[in-house]
Amino acid sequence: MNLNYTTPEFIILRDLQKCNNCGLCVKNCSFEAHYYSKHQRVESNSAKCVNCHYCVATCPKKALAIKKHPLEFRHNSYWTESAIKDIYKQASTGGILLTGMGTDREYPIYWDKILLNASQVTNPSIDPLREPMELRTFLGTKPGKLELDKTNNLSELMPPQLELQIPVVFAGMSFGSISYNAFKALAIAAHKAGIYFNTGEGGLHKDFYEFASHAIVQVASGRFGVNQEYLENSAAVEIKIGQGAKPGIGGHLPGKKVGEEVSKTRMIPLGSDAISPAPHHDIYSIEDLRQLIFAIKEATEYKKPVLVKIAAVHNVAAIASGIVRAGADIIVIDGFRAGTGAAPTRIRDNVGIPIELAIASVDERLKEEGIRKHVSIIASGGIRNSSDVVKAIALGADAVAIATAALIAMGCHMCQKCYTGKCNWGITTQDPELTKRLDPDKASQRLLNLLRAWSLEIKEMLGGMGINAIESLKGNRLMLRGVGLNETELKILGISHAGQ
Amino acid sequence: MLKREGQIRIPSGCAISGVMDKKGRPFSGATIINSISVMRERSNGLGGGFAAYGIYPEFKDTTAFHVFFDDKIAQGELENQLKKYFKVIYKEAIPIRRVPSIKNVPIIMRYFVTPKIEKIYQTNLSEEDYIIKFVFNVNTHIEGAFIVSSGKNMGVFKAVGYPEDVGEFYKLETYYGHIWSAHGRFPTNTPGWWGGAHPFNLLNWSVIHNGELSSYGSNREYLKQHGYQCNLQTDTEVVVYLFDLLYRKCNLPLDIVCKVLAPPLWDEINRMPKNKQQLYKSLRAIFGQALLNGPFSIIISTNEGLIALNDRIKLRPLVAAEKGDMLFIASEESAIRAVCYQPDKVWHPRGGEPVIGLVETSIRSNINLKEASS
Repeated sequence: MNLNYTTPEFIILRDLQKCNNCGLCVKNCSFEAHYYSKHQRVESNSAKCVNCHYCVATCPKKALAIKKHPLEFRHNSYWTESAIKDIYKQASTGGILLTGMGTDREYPIYWDKILLNASQVTNPSIDPLREPMELRTFLGTKPGKLELDKTNNLSELMPPQLELQIPVVFAGMSFGSISYNAFKALAIAAHKAGIYFNTGEGGLHKDFYEFASHAIVQVASGRFGVNQEYLENSAAVEIKIGQGAKPGIGGHLPGKKVGEEVSKTRMIPLGSDAISPAPHHDIYSIEDLRQLIFAIKEATEYKKPVLVKIAAVHNVAAIASGIVRAGADIIVIDGFRAGTGAAPTRIRDNVGIPIELAIASVDERLKEEGIRKHVSIIASGGIRNSSDVVKAIALGADAVAIATAALIAMGCHMCQKCYTGKCNWGITTQDPELTKRLDPDKASQRLLNLLRAWSLEIKEMLGGMGINAIESLKGNRLMLRGVGLNETELKILGISHAGQ
Repeated sequence: MLKREGQIRIPSGCAISGVMDKKGRPFSGATIINSISVMRERSNGLGGGFAAYGIYPEFKDTTAFHVFFDDKIAQGELENQLKKYFKVIYKEAIPIRRVPSIKNVPIIMRYFVTPKIEKIYQTNLSEEDYIIKFVFNVNTHIEGAFIVSSGKNMGVFKAVGYPEDVGEFYKLETYYGHIWSAHGRFPTNTPGWWGGAHPFNLLNWSVIHNGELSSYGSNREYLKQHGYQCNLQTDTEVVVYLFDLLYRKCNLPLDIVCKVLAPPLWDEINRMPKNKQQLYKSLRAIFGQALLNGPFSIIISTNEGLIALNDRIKLRPLVAAEKGDMLFIASEESAIRAVCYQPDKVWHPRGGEPVIGLVETSIRSNINLKEASS
């Protein structure tokens, strides 16, 4: 008997009184959860459903709903449903469990245990509707001094900086992991909003050279698409050492996602697997990193800041300090909640540390060592909303990077199946039938709306604190109080408890 | 027991006043006392103080330490330290007269000292940094001793009380100086400690301040990186240190320092000519964390002059006036008119636009000050 031990996660509910058997759901679902029965009736196979809501959203009769499958295992606090199901999967396939997006486990969310301050009486709050409120941010190394000539003009220019209209950038997402249209939407939005998008490790398609002034191009361990032209068509270059969703391991873009355009952009053969090694094979030590940083600076004539991106791991403060000394202009710290197109589930759910703690300890460490001014810090990995942004900056970041939030703005429903390449929303897929579902202009407008909404909210929060320029929030931990945090957590975050 | 200032942060509102003679001619402290007394409503008797420049001409080349002691033990400890690092030229108790409203009087001393050359050599510091280090050390580590001021030919006189009572207490009408500033404080709770009153001083810099810095946390972190210990947890303290850092250490001209503390808005910068755009962009990018945010009006004084500055959107009052060689700055016009009959010019400086008044003597020849602007 060929018994399948896996049971459906979701159940598709079809209101037969509303369903007119039009078959749009059958046509649309890339996971083939809907089909025509022998009797030409539209039916559903719940076992294939990933709960991405695409059929629900597109059903002209609103006849569909999806729920968590009511099937329950006998209650066991230790052998939970997911623990049991993971074993079934591995026992049947013998493979590593794969997943997409960031960890969905119940780890503490420090953002939600930190509260912001506001002015009352002794200090007037500032109304952003009536007063200027400034969010412009500069990322890059800052000199300790500024030399002026006798007429008070600059004797020498500042080292290269990234200038952001709001302290948010898009995090690295490669063409390959996401679709051409999704990539284009990010590029357009970054360009219009005065921020930056990041190529991830998939190279920069020539079509997007027009957005080069807002591109951070990534040099990762696979070196896909890296050449002189690529480095030149950028605002800054990022060396990716690691990412929060899968610290310490490499990447794998399956050959079926490597179509013609991806293959050209990545400079790899059509249909071949794109495998990024776990480490850079020319970086086995901090001095090797320094060499690569300066090789890139030489290649770009010191006109572009160099970023180094690392995953937030246990020893992140010391590592960050080394990266500053190695000559990086900007450090990106990616917390353990960061998303990804594909990661082994066990790695995603068990490796790394929360970004809130990482930012606080890195900022503190660099200040203690007197080198904080040499570098800007981008907090990345699981930034959900504008208050997370404000808290990250008050904890010591200069700006944040968002990716999951950006994908959600474009329509992602967090089904965590990016690695299948079957994204119904046309975001993390290369299937031409699916990618055309995402209109890059509309998607970029949604991204712009999100950025605008966040910047309005950030301005309200700043105004409430009596601050009218974002630089006065930076590292201003006095604006934060913890709730329900223990002594150690408060100490690491460098904040007092609410009521203190 | 109530926590002392330094253990907690105490917001306060205030009255400020400053008077100077640009020709450097000394005048009695009675003027500034009269000026600040008009604004009694703006303080609540929990802090008042004065900074006076040019008052010790006979000791003008020595550093004058004004010090508060809780007891003789602290005094002994400080004097031991002083002897180790400095040559004490002269010391005395600062003369006071009893005033009923001034209570809990500490031991108040002044010491005129010069650093021991051999010690400076050993530390490899400049004379200024040597003195700063000593001041930080005393104020952080010697319990019950607090160095109130540490400049040359100047001194700070402060106490818990209304400023006019503090002036009377210290017999300030008997001192003659060419620059004076005064402060009346309205703290939101009871500090009960004399050190918390304004002015705050470091070397020749004194600051009086009306307002609360919402950027305090950010400014403090910035200063910490540059070796300044903010041990009083007051906003005013960071202003002093920022001036010292930007002006003395980073060597920026005074008007540029003011533009770092209260920079032009981006809208304004965008309209500037290219070279100025580059300058202000760089200033904001590099010194962003030195920006003073939140409501403030401050008067910074040195031996060379007065600088008055408002926050960028003028959330606290500040009025300036001129008559002949005299420059007057105050929270309210009444405080100026009380001591200046028919001023030549009275104006309300705009937010972020400093009033810089400088003494026209050889004192300022060794520094590259821009000419006074208003």
